[in-house]
Amino acid sequence: MSEIRFVDVAMRFPTRRGEVRALEQISLTVPDGQFACIVGPSGCGKSTLLNVAAGLVTPTEGEVLVDGKLADSPGPDRGMVFQSYSLYPWLSVQRNIEFGLEVKGTPKPERTRQSSELIRLMKLDGFAEAYPKALSGGMKQRVAIARALANDPEVLLMDEPFGALDALTRQIMQEMLTEIWQRYRKTVLFVTHDIDEAIFLGDVIYVMTNRPGRIRTTLSIDLPRPRTFDMVGGPRFAELRNQVVGIIHEESMKAVESELASA
Amino acid sequence: MSERVPVTQAALARPPGGQRRRRGLLRTYLTPKQAIPRRIVFGLGIGSFVVILASWSLASVLINSDLFAPSPARVWTSWVDMILHRSFLSDVGWSSFRIIGGFLIAAVMAVPLGLLMGSFEVVRSFFQPPINFIRYMPASAFIPLLILLIGLDENEKLIVIWIGVFFQLVLMVMDIAHRVPDEMLNVAYTLGASRWKVFYKVFLPATFPEVVDALRITMGWAWTYLIVAEIVSAERGIGSFILVSERYLRSDRIIAAIITIGILGLITDAVIAAIHRRAFPYVEKVHA
Repeated sequence: MSEIRFVDVAMRFPTRRGEVRALEQISLTVPDGQFACIVGPSGCGKSTLLNVAAGLVTPTEGEVLVDGKLADSPGPDRGMVFQSYSLYPWLSVQRNIEFGLEVKGTPKPERTRQSSELIRLMKLDGFAEAYPKALSGGMKQRVAIARALANDPEVLLMDEPFGALDALTRQIMQEMLTEIWQRYRKTVLFVTHDIDEAIFLGDVIYVMTNRPGRIRTTLSIDLPRPRTFDMVGGPRFAELRNQVVGIIHEESMKAVESELASA
Repeated sequence: MSERVPVTQAALARPPGGQRRRRGLLRTYLTPKQAIPRRIVFGLGIGSFVVILASWSLASVLINSDLFAPSPARVWTSWVDMILHRSFLSDVGWSSFRIIGGFLIAAVMAVPLGLLMGSFEVVRSFFQPPINFIRYMPASAFIPLLILLIGLDENEKLIVIWIGVFFQLVLMVMDIAHRVPDEMLNVAYTLGASRWKVFYKVFLPATFPEVVDALRITMGWAWTYLIVAEIVSAERGIGSFILVSERYLRSDRIIAAIITIGILGLITDAVIAAIHRRAFPYVEKVHA
């Protein structure tokens, strides 16, 4: 069992112009093996939510429990993937993937076995010795995902991982990610502002409100698995999309209005 | 491995079929940031030296004075003479020794301190204000004071170089350390690395290539401070050689000595650049 449970999480930052309430009353539970997506307007605190789960920032109130344990500092049980790839440019693809194992002190033969398996799985064959500079954006992100998976974490935290990729590459990456998720069945918390992406990938979508970020709606995605790309054109997909778009649009309007009011 | 070809080079490649597409001369050479053929780059580089030498020769013919305009040929023969009969190489040796000594001491102190200042706000808050302040005091202004305090020996030269290099280098290294992306460190934490491992497995290697670049840049400044120190007070070294040549009205020798410093600078630069390429093959691009 590896569930993530947010209990009354609130996050406030002091600034010169007063306190900013980034997150408020966030309570949600992602059960073991679920793929949960968080969507919301930009600046709603989605990434902060993920950083709290990673233990990289401490919430002002509340707590995050992973597997019942308090997640108050980062650890190898919660793997993270960032939009900016954050690969280590001085390490080869293989050594990037093995980074977590090396830190853990896994013996070399075992490390090599696992990294070569992931290299094959992520379709990076032939690039084991290459440095990140030789890779395209999609490949870089595949390495980053492989690096997180190599550690065999309980949960995967993904912060707009495909946000910097072009539309075609993004589609391919989404398909790859569903395949990998079917295979490993990790609990995933995936932050995105791309609604199609959230519907295509997620079992459930949490729509967040504008600042202060709260969970506005929870939506179960009942599209069958395995998901394939022809579903994106289907009627059920369109229905779900309209639903999410409607909510997000309302929230974005509120954001614009509050900006106008404060200006 | 598929090397990605930069757009600018791809634009120059011949289209299949062997036919080169004609573009206007102006468009080829005067489009901002557009690459031009390699041989033209090379030719222009050589060309600039040819122009300099030609105008220099012309000026020396017109002015016709060994003092005010020694010809390139005269500077060349003086240079050979300096090396063969005036023990100029021993002056070069002395200067190089001072440069390397002063620079090493400064680098060994500045790099660790700069890294600490870039990573720990405690250290930065303490050291940055005085260093920022001292940075604006020219190293050469300290020379008379140093002569008063410690005399004319080698230590005085080394300290001048140290003052000139240390304070600048510390701040450059601090900036480099400060620019290491947080996410790079955060990923390491989420992969289970301890703070110490994040420091030496991620933070340090992330700064290395730029630190070497900073060393390369500050090395050039060290020469300026050394020559000033040697001109003010030294028995040996390129600076003192220049001063003595001035007394004997030998502008040819002064020019030869200055050119020598330029060549030494080029050599050190090339050596550090080569080390950089060998040690950090993964860096996206090395600026020339």
